[in-house]
Amino acid sequence: MAQTVLHTADSRGGADHGWLKSYHTFSFAGYYNPERLNFGALRVLNDDRVDGGRGFGEHPHDNMEIISIPLEGSLEHKDSIGNVGVIDPGEIQVMSAGTGIYHAEYNKNKNVPVKFLQIWVFPNKRNVEPRYDQQIIQTAAHPNELVQILSPDKNDQGVWIHQDAWFNMGNLEKDHQVVYNFHKKESGVYVFVLEGSVSVDGQKLATRDGYGIWDTSAIEITADTDARILLMEVPMEF
Amino acid sequence: MEKEISILVIGAHEEILTVILRLLNKMDNWNAIGVNSCEELIKQCSGKNFRVVLLGGGLSAEQEQAVKQYVIEKCPDTTLVPHYGGGSGLLYAEIYSALKTA
Repeated sequence: MAQTVLHTADSRGGADHGWLKSYHTFSFAGYYNPERLNFGALRVLNDDRVDGGRGFGEHPHDNMEIISIPLEGSLEHKDSIGNVGVIDPGEIQVMSAGTGIYHAEYNKNKNVPVKFLQIWVFPNKRNVEPRYDQQIIQTAAHPNELVQILSPDKNDQGVWIHQDAWFNMGNLEKDHQVVYNFHKKESGVYVFVLEGSVSVDGQKLATRDGYGIWDTSAIEITADTDARILLMEVPMEF
Repeated sequence: MEKEISILVIGAHEEILTVILRLLNKMDNWNAIGVNSCEELIKQCSGKNFRVVLLGGGLSAEQEQAVKQYVIEKCPDTTLVPHYGGGSGLLYAEIYSALKTA
């Protein structure tokens, strides 16, 4: 029988640094909740808003697969292995921190905030060579479908990471239904609602709610309003 | 006040090690020191009982295994925690969780 966990939007941890407002689904930085440490290999789901012209100065990372998905505005990235890039809504960026990397992230615009998700997934191998990539997400061209944006396979659709994880995004019109079939029986799927309301196997979810499901092989998602969703399939044991 | 919590961090990336030590030593009753080799870790652990050993990044698989084996066999009161992320994001949760289980 399927097991589930519900994290409503208002139950998330928060941080307000003035220029940065962040909601943490799982324990992060100064927010520690022993009941909210991870969902399988999914360790961080931060919902960030950074004021115009501000950002995170150069700081280190290691041994983590770090995925950024802009929702509004533009995010600028620079790192110690020579990558400089800007990602906009409709794109995804991945960084394998591996043995160690320094990077900085800034709001590209001076006058408008950037809103983005930062997602950390535990790698399946420690101390890999650091790498960076960014790609366009094809959801706009495929309404009412789940579009794969991340996988473990560099030859598959979307960016790839060092973990048996698959991410999909979907823009669903009201009353539309989609089914997601798990790639692996050991996986769980964490559904995060970006906009609107959906029902996942009958569980109603509103904007920024998160819902994890495991010990099952497929889920059915119904859009209760026009909605935008992110599905993250990750191993529950890793 | 709770007794001082001693933490030993091992990591090969010098700059990341510095950041981790700075963050840990900001906490009131935590005292962290760092080493970058298994030999140094053994030297430190020989003279002191650490509550937590934090396994940082940049070590080879063989070095990580040697650290794990040493801590498990020689330091039964020490909790070994693999560190992920390389900075402030997960650091405190990793230590808090280790202290709960220690």
